[in-house]
Amino acid sequence: MKNILIILVSGVFVQNFITSRFLGICPFLGVSKKIETAMGMGVAVTFVMALASAITYVIQYAVLNPMGLAYLQTIAFILVIATLVQFVEMVIHKSSPGLYEALGVYLPLITTNCAVLGVAVLNIQEGYNFIETLFNGVAGALGFTLAIVMFAGIREQLEISDIPESLQGFPIALVSAGLMSVAFLGFSGML
Amino acid sequence: MMDILLPILILGGIGLLFGIGLAIASKIFEIEQDERIPQVRAALPGANCGGCGYPGCDGLASAIVAGSALVTACPVASSDMVEAISGIMGVTASETEKMIANIHCKGDCTIVEDRATYYGIHDCKEAVIANGGTKACRYGCLGMGTCVRACQFDALTINVNGLAEVDVDKCTACGQCIDACPKGIISLAPYGQVIHVDCSSNAKGKQVRSVCSVGCIACRACVRACEYDAIEMVDNLAVIDYDKCVQCGACVEKCPTKAITFEGREIPEEHKRKTDLEKPIAVDLSELEEKAPVSK
Repeated sequence: MKNILIILVSGVFVQNFITSRFLGICPFLGVSKKIETAMGMGVAVTFVMALASAITYVIQYAVLNPMGLAYLQTIAFILVIATLVQFVEMVIHKSSPGLYEALGVYLPLITTNCAVLGVAVLNIQEGYNFIETLFNGVAGALGFTLAIVMFAGIREQLEISDIPESLQGFPIALVSAGLMSVAFLGFSGML
Repeated sequence: MMDILLPILILGGIGLLFGIGLAIASKIFEIEQDERIPQVRAALPGANCGGCGYPGCDGLASAIVAGSALVTACPVASSDMVEAISGIMGVTASETEKMIANIHCKGDCTIVEDRATYYGIHDCKEAVIANGGTKACRYGCLGMGTCVRACQFDALTINVNGLAEVDVDKCTACGQCIDACPKGIISLAPYGQVIHVDCSSNAKGKQVRSVCSVGCIACRACVRACEYDAIEMVDNLAVIDYDKCVQCGACVEKCPTKAITFEGREIPEEHKRKTDLEKPIAVDLSELEEKAPVSK
């Protein structure tokens, strides 16, 4: 129990994928203009990460390890993630065309979101059991969602602020992202 | 042997399993979409360059079918591709009029003098910060090439007399130069439009005359000359309504300062403007063409 709590807190705050591991920066910058779409992206990534963690765990320990094919880890995991993303894309397209529009090209790009592959590989490297793997996946995704939604909030405020022309758009976004990352550094002493 | 076969089989098996799963899911989550979207998508180049301003070719295909983008919106597509897309959409490409950028100033350095010497960064936007630039006319082209640098299609140049010029064949009407020009003297005009008011000065006639011999002095001669009601005086500047203009050339004849230009360039048949001529053309255009100073 204590184990799982540590994994959760560590995944969301201390070892946050975006602010401390610097994985998944592409959608973090791409879909963080509005809180609503950021939230949608977060949910999509959470779904993919949680399922990917579970399925990759099964594939690693039930298929690859017994066959002595551990070296196929990356390609097999990518296969899983790509499939899941396709699936999520279909579900979102069907259930929420507005969100599908808003996420645009970043939705299929979850496939190449290194945070997703990162969490799958880290689960194996850390030697987590199945339950821990699940929680690590969810925690990582929640951390991602937290960061992207907070960042979207900042960017919505930036939108109505008076910013020097040379800093408008991505420059100020990157500066804010850096500052946010520094703020997250404060959690590093927790565990 | 097994060392190679086994991974292939395992990965192939996993892939097959997922493939079947996705195939089933695609049936369950099937969405009815306009069948023209995949067709248009297939006709587009597929480079996903984003040059059209939409997220990839898929985005543009949806926009074209939805009618929010022109069939010619893809800057990369060849004329064959555009034709294919227009075929799918059931419109002829010529119905969407090709536009080009037009620079509304012809007061080059031989005509308009400088008020001062500028030693700053060679850029119109920077120069404007320093008291509106050095040109005696506060509205004219500064000729430092901010628009040239904004143009991704090499369609703009600064000529020897320090005036921006548009290469009408390269211009894609993307609008980058319009945003870049701090003087706001660039606008889009139909490709087939050869008569323009090439002045942007909102100053009174006397002030214009004191700095520029080819500026619009708001004398209203063109407004009176136009039988089609196509010219209006807005803030001391003649403005042609391109929808009403039939390019008869009457205004070009009457303009005392020659601020209204006739461009002597060939217009291919497909870009000829559709003009509904009820009244006879006042001036023989070929005559004007001979008189036209230099083709822009």
